[in-house]
Amino acid sequence: MPKMKIIAILPVLMFLLLIVPSFSLFEDQVGFMDWHQRYIGKVKDAVFHTQKAARKRVVVSTHENVIASLDLRRGDIFWRHVLGPNDVVDNIDIALGKYVITLSSEGSILRAWNLPDGQMVWESLLPGTKSSKSLLVVPANLKVDLDSPIFVYSGSCLHAISSIDGELLWKTDFATHGIDVHQLILPSASAVVHAVGVTDLSHFHTYEVGVMSGEILKHTTASFPGGVYGEILPVSNDRFVALDASRSVLVIISIQNGKTHLQQTHVSDLIHGSSRDTVILPSKLSGIFTVSTDTCIAFIKVTDEGKLHVMEKVDNKVVVSDALSLSEGEQAFALVQHGDSKIHLSVRLVHDMSSNHLKETVEMDHNRGFVHKIFINSYVRTDRSNGFRALIVMEDHSLLLLQQGEIVWSREDGLASIIDVTTAELPVEKIGVSVAKVEHSLFEWLKGHVLKLKGTLMLATPDELVEIQKIRLRSSEKSKMTRDHNGFRRLLVVLTKAGKLFALHTGDGRVVWSSLLQSLRSSEQCSQPTGLKLHQWQIPHHHALDNNPSVLVVGRCGSSLSSATAMSIVDAHTGKEVQNMVPTHSTVQVIYLPFTDSTEQQLHLLIDADNRAHLYPKTPEAAEIFQRESANVYWYSVETEAGILRGYGVKTKCNLDEYCFEARNLWSVVFPSESEKIIATVTRKANEVVHTQAKVIADEDVMYKYVSKNMLFVATVSPKASGPIGSATPDEAVLAVHLVDTVTGRILHRMTHLGSQGPVHAVLSENWVVYHYFNLRAHRYEMSVIEIYDQSRAENKDVLKLIVGKHNLTTPVSSYSRPEVMTKSQSYFFTHSVKAISVTSTAKGITSKHLLIGTVGDQVLALDKRFVDPRRSLNPTQAEKEEGLLPLTDALPIIPQSYVTHAFKVEGLRGIETVPAKLESTTLVFAYGVDLFYTRLAPSRTYDSLTEDFNYALLLLTIVALVVAIFVTWVLSERKDLQDKWR
Amino acid sequence: MEKGKGVMGSRKWAVDFTDNSSSPSTRDIPDPPGFTRASQDQDDSAMSRQKKDAEANWKSQKAWEVAQAPFKNLLMMGFMMWMAGSTVHLFSIGITFSALWQPLSALQGVGKVFEPYKDSKVDLLAPKLLFIALNLGGMLLGVWKLNTLGLLPTHASDWVSSLPPAHEVEFSGGGIALH
Repeated sequence: MPKMKIIAILPVLMFLLLIVPSFSLFEDQVGFMDWHQRYIGKVKDAVFHTQKAARKRVVVSTHENVIASLDLRRGDIFWRHVLGPNDVVDNIDIALGKYVITLSSEGSILRAWNLPDGQMVWESLLPGTKSSKSLLVVPANLKVDLDSPIFVYSGSCLHAISSIDGELLWKTDFATHGIDVHQLILPSASAVVHAVGVTDLSHFHTYEVGVMSGEILKHTTASFPGGVYGEILPVSNDRFVALDASRSVLVIISIQNGKTHLQQTHVSDLIHGSSRDTVILPSKLSGIFTVSTDTCIAFIKVTDEGKLHVMEKVDNKVVVSDALSLSEGEQAFALVQHGDSKIHLSVRLVHDMSSNHLKETVEMDHNRGFVHKIFINSYVRTDRSNGFRALIVMEDHSLLLLQQGEIVWSREDGLASIIDVTTAELPVEKIGVSVAKVEHSLFEWLKGHVLKLKGTLMLATPDELVEIQKIRLRSSEKSKMTRDHNGFRRLLVVLTKAGKLFALHTGDGRVVWSSLLQSLRSSEQCSQPTGLKLHQWQIPHHHALDNNPSVLVVGRCGSSLSSATAMSIVDAHTGKEVQNMVPTHSTVQVIYLPFTDSTEQQLHLLIDADNRAHLYPKTPEAAEIFQRESANVYWYSVETEAGILRGYGVKTKCNLDEYCFEARNLWSVVFPSESEKIIATVTRKANEVVHTQAKVIADEDVMYKYVSKNMLFVATVSPKASGPIGSATPDEAVLAVHLVDTVTGRILHRMTHLGSQGPVHAVLSENWVVYHYFNLRAHRYEMSVIEIYDQSRAENKDVLKLIVGKHNLTTPVSSYSRPEVMTKSQSYFFTHSVKAISVTSTAKGITSKHLLIGTVGDQVLALDKRFVDPRRSLNPTQAEKEEGLLPLTDALPIIPQSYVTHAFKVEGLRGIETVPAKLESTTLVFAYGVDLFYTRLAPSRTYDSLTEDFNYALLLLTIVALVVAIFVTWVLSERKDLQDKWR
Repeated sequence: MEKGKGVMGSRKWAVDFTDNSSSPSTRDIPDPPGFTRASQDQDDSAMSRQKKDAEANWKSQKAWEVAQAPFKNLLMMGFMMWMAGSTVHLFSIGITFSALWQPLSALQGVGKVFEPYKDSKVDLLAPKLLFIALNLGGMLLGVWKLNTLGLLPTHASDWVSSLPPAHEVEFSGGGIALH
């Protein structure tokens, strides 16, 4: 430990001795500086459960592979299961009125969950023979030997499964018939299942399968030379509709007396005018099907004679719900039309299409975008008529319940799919607060502290204790909309998959503003845009203090790398889109340059697919700054498929564009494709601050860190071992790690781990990298650390020379000087598999670091960096012990108290972001996945401030008491003196 | 009782009856009749010289004693330091700082310490030097202790531990294509 510093922090150390050490939280500190929010993601399917007198609920499955039961009254989550990224939910339904049935993983896993509490009741694996569509049919009232079977078509097999215990009753293989089944239909009051499918896209087949044993009772076929586009959809029990391969002919298939009749109708005959992009919508209306074209949506009725009759045409922006069966064979469905900041919901009855059964208009925030999906449910009003409630999914992935023309509740489920996170400072507090407010807050403040004092002195009643806890949690300070001294209050700006930007307050996690970015919405110039990256664009500090900070959002129109870019600059205080650009070039990489212009806008380079660099902002000043620095600006690309790293420098300006620069390839590192495949790369965070270049080790010796921002960690595995764990033998698996200088392409260090494989998760900070991988020989996960030191500075050890300043430690360094480096490394076993690794970062980089590990249990574990020190030895010397070096152990300890998420889980954890607070000891941690979690960490404890619950009232009271005591004793002593003198 | 002291101090007065001058010519008042200065001088001179010598001897002896006093202190300090050990904590720091402070304050008051023994016949230089040397020794002991505690910047690590990383000339960015 540096001795100079000891003197400086001595009082702090002494003070710390007086405080009881505690790394973990106390029970009453939960929720004090952390918050946790639970989400489910964009809803894919919903099933209502409102029949019984029990609590009304809706069961939903989402694109984040969540199944959840939501309270219909408030939108709260009753229960929720996150199935993981590889277990995609295909279908959900409710069986027997008490089980939620889910079919997932392409129809290979069927599960039943208990409806009230979400416990899993049974699970069946349905191995198929050939991959196919997955269909789930849960008959409402079919009884077979006191059992209600569930029919599942998956893997080209039809399965009947007992809904009571998940036992497979029978299985019929359709793969031998070579048929691809499109629909399963269970006509009511019959003991057969109809399976409808095609072979070679030119033959229709219908099968009747007995529900008792699964034998094929009847088989009819008809050929159709035109082929089929999309799906075959049922219109009624014996009629189906399909679209031919050219998408211009509708085919009605009717089965009568064991024979299949086909009837063809041109779409253009029914819908006059254009008929491109025709699709049949699956709407499950009896006797009616819905066709969507590029101009409109048409409802077409099939009469008993098989005639087609267009009932109505509506705008193709309208969203249609599935049919809902009402009493007496009546069916209803809902239509949603988007108006100007309003949505119009209408419910129609199938028997009476001409008029709206119900029409409601609901005010809708334009930041929610269009309606994407609607699910309806009915209830019986007091006057015995049918009322309807509608669950709608919006463009921003939010979920709303509409009832009686009002939004009953809404959920911001877009926050379950965060792409990128950045932060913004809050505005500075304005001077001039009203007197009344001060008086009020002063009174409140005093009251609070008196209560706290009572609590400290154990005088408080249980009621008051509850009140104290409430005050602590609700402390108005933490959710204020102004900058604070310690830098704890900030805005977390997050970009979601829906292209919506949210600003969350770090104090309580509320959404301060949200904005659906125009540049990331589908338009004529830009179809299917996706968000890529979020960067800080303008951070006003000194010059442009009047400006609000702003963020840059970079997206891409379409999915290919060469598609055009979509860009927005958004004011971080209001959420307004300041600028909205649609540049013609593509973007494969966004580089945040360490230069700012006079208005403190950060210079950015956008690299396009042709390796040209585009400079932003497009101002002459920025161009001038870039021109000046361009000789020292480099960039690199990692081509994972080819296994090549390439480094580039600026060559010339492009022909026409002032702000475009051609690249010059400077170096390439080619990994041999037969032995190495790139699986992970990681660099240092651009905003990381390193306090010192020297590391003081035992006996006051010093080592100089190789601190470079241009260091890249690359992990490669042998191609055989690139699959999941267990797919390769230990002899085949080789993991190689490299540290590469990205300016010169020089490989600073290379190391191989024989018998190890990925997935590799790594973090690079200061002069070290920690990575996590699987050791096949030991059958355990391992974590390794590499620390890299600069040998060219190692001679700087003469005290006298250092005192007079004769050293080269502060001269600027260039990667071309090729400094000699030395590395130290060590490996440790680690029990958990890992989803993400991050490291704490503080304002000055003085505070020691903790690794933040997202574990497989979706929790965040803080692991002191000291545990992964390469210099740990079995028997550390006295000096090494004093330095704080721990004795070597083979495994890293997992201390239950060091879970920063304590009792919470961040389901579907994807990333952990750390942001330094202004207070050196403290770092802000934001973990996101399906859930969000935020907390504040002090890796070396808060050595630079008093704790939040420090009792100022007690301190004040003590000071006042002492002053009074001094005064009283002074008076007494004066009096005694006087008496002495008179004696 | 400081106020009282001040009052008493201003009230103090004294008359000096001794007359040490030997030549009558320097005085305005003639000697009284029958008083021979020479005889008195001769009578007393031997006795007073003896007395003075004794006094000077005593003073110098005392001065030497005072000069040697820090030695005991030094031994005690050494013992205390040995007791305190070489780890940084409240006790060892307190002892070390007192070991540094005591000699320093003693050195500041060198003149005062030897004032009572000031005499024209007594040579105070040697005791003073000894006193200073011993105190410096004490201070050295303190400094040595400070060093063993590791609180002196005598290593390279003390000078570079807060040196910021050198500025990098080049900048490089990039990575895997965004998707």
